[in-house]
Amino acid sequence: MSTPIVVNNLSKEYRLGRLEHETMLREVIVNMFKHPLRRAKRKKETIWALKNVSFRVEEGEVVGIIGRNGAGKSTLLKLLSRITYPTEGQIKVRGKVSSLLEVGTGFHEELTGRENVYLNGSILGMKKKEIQAKLDQIIAFAGVERFVDTPVKRYSTGMTLRLAFAVAAHLDPDVLFVDEVLAVGDAEFQKKCLKTMDDLRTSGRTVLFVSHNMSAIENLCPRAIWIEGGEIREDGEAKDVIRAYLSMFADAQRTGHDLSAIQSRGGNGEVRYTGIEFIDPEGRATNLVRSGDELNVRLHFDAREEIRQPHFGVMVYSDMGSLVTTFSTWATGLDVPMLPRGKGRIDLRIDSLNLMPARYYLTLWLSSMGATKYDHLDHCVAMDVETSDPYGTGKGMGRRFGLIYVTGGWTYGGGAEGSRGNQ
Amino acid sequence: MLLAWLKEFWEYRELFYFLVWRDVKIRYKQTVLGATWAIIQPFFMMIVFTVFFGKMAKMPSDGIPYPVFSYAALLPWTYFSAALIHSGNSLLAGANLVRKVYFPRVALPAASALGGIVDFAIAFVILFGLMFYYDITPGVGLLLWPVLMIPLVLLAMGIGMILSSLNVKYRDIKYAIPFLVQTLLFVTPIIYPSSIAPERFRFLLSLNPLTGLIEAFRASALPSKTVDWPLLGLSVGITLVIFVLGAMYFRKTEREFADVI
Repeated sequence: MSTPIVVNNLSKEYRLGRLEHETMLREVIVNMFKHPLRRAKRKKETIWALKNVSFRVEEGEVVGIIGRNGAGKSTLLKLLSRITYPTEGQIKVRGKVSSLLEVGTGFHEELTGRENVYLNGSILGMKKKEIQAKLDQIIAFAGVERFVDTPVKRYSTGMTLRLAFAVAAHLDPDVLFVDEVLAVGDAEFQKKCLKTMDDLRTSGRTVLFVSHNMSAIENLCPRAIWIEGGEIREDGEAKDVIRAYLSMFADAQRTGHDLSAIQSRGGNGEVRYTGIEFIDPEGRATNLVRSGDELNVRLHFDAREEIRQPHFGVMVYSDMGSLVTTFSTWATGLDVPMLPRGKGRIDLRIDSLNLMPARYYLTLWLSSMGATKYDHLDHCVAMDVETSDPYGTGKGMGRRFGLIYVTGGWTYGGGAEGSRGNQ
Repeated sequence: MLLAWLKEFWEYRELFYFLVWRDVKIRYKQTVLGATWAIIQPFFMMIVFTVFFGKMAKMPSDGIPYPVFSYAALLPWTYFSAALIHSGNSLLAGANLVRKVYFPRVALPAASALGGIVDFAIAFVILFGLMFYYDITPGVGLLLWPVLMIPLVLLAMGIGMILSSLNVKYRDIKYAIPFLVQTLLFVTPIIYPSSIAPERFRFLLSLNPLTGLIEAFRASALPSKTVDWPLLGLSVGITLVIFVLGAMYFRKTEREFADVI
């Protein structure tokens, strides 16, 4: 089959504000009388949701589409699904298409679960025979066997979601578009979603998948396209594209933090921290810090006096205020006999930042053996740890799983049978 | 062009069927009286009309007992008015579908126009009861009714397509529709026979496509009357024109629905 998806110079323009002016027919008529010449002058405020987007997707490719909210991802899917039409450019999609832009589209609360499966299935493009054949599977997948003949308005939200997703999970298209379906639902539901997506990945279908869940994208999609401001910023291997995308956020702040200006600090000030930087293994300053990274925390300071036997400390706090861990030269046994007057720096090497993706706060202190406090900066730096995929499954990384993660693996029973070790 | 449209519609025929099926199913769910509502509406209207127009206002009815006279016309009218309202609002009511799913948008006004046929069939039974009560043998012309439904449905669809697409862009159409329906009730010879209209107005009356259709429904049911074929022909002709215009307008504005709705 020839290339399933070809997009050429696609652009989509939306008119802003116009809807306010002319949603009432009577206004149109009144305006026609009041200002017969006005039509020519009417200023149209427009926005280009997509501009000159071009790409091809080959048969069987699974491509992730990432980008900030409002970047144009959903618009792209809508255009590909023929729900809306391009202002400029061409789209060619070949093969049977199913679009999952929302879970449960067309569900009517007065109809029973069974009836809604038929309705929703038909809306998604399944033929009646197909739905009939898969009906039992769908109901079993959703786990609503007992309630299948009750009107859906009696279902809990979870049940409705599961049923709707069950229908979608049994689609059999050549090309599938999925839009952030994983964003809703509880942990159990998301688990099911990811498993289904994983099955799709190995099924040989062509899939375009829009999501904000970077670890899911990295795990499911070999290729990713980053859309920013209506244009394609990057298109290539998912790992690289995701990395580029996340650094954009990091660049929003300057690399490195200036600590010298901070007023509220403890200690007698004979030595002061002046700056902090995060250095990647290649020696470059970065603000992109990911779970599991090997990284260097470089502390800059300025001593007004000669200091004997200083000790440096970095304390890491969670966003809730719990102390996660402390690094200090006192604990690791680095002895700096003396700090000369003037500027200097010290590096803290972290072998593996086993923190869950979340925001953490750093407290820095500088003191001496004799309990003299030189400097104490409480919660002075925010460190955003971004997600990565240390287990290789796209799962298990997130604030709700805890503060830290530990690498290792599982083995079942006595040893030989069904061992499922990872790492 | 039209062929491509029809072909696509055929591809999506199952979805169309499900939309009609959904419409019919939810009509009377969780109601006490269920499908009897299909009968109550035209029946009670007939009683009210008989009391106020038939008796008090002494409306002539071409020599037929007024209840039968009005009911024969109220049957198709009830179907048509409900179909028009549903159809006109169908795109807005299905806004969520329009925004999220691809399908030929015309399925919405079309399905809405067809949903009422079931109600029509149910209420049709009462006509026999009424005629029996008034000792009128139903004419063999009643067999014409299913045929007459075709232009009636097309008319509802045609106007429905125009109204529903206008409704997407201009929200006040929603308020104009009931008003339009009310006006049509009086501008069509339902309450009164077209014979009471003076010659000059007869022509204007016949420009209303519903006139020929409703009169034909009535005439074919009652053996004492004959169908006015030229008038019917005119009405069918106007209906087809409206249908084609409606389809063309719908097609033209279809592309923007998802953006504006």
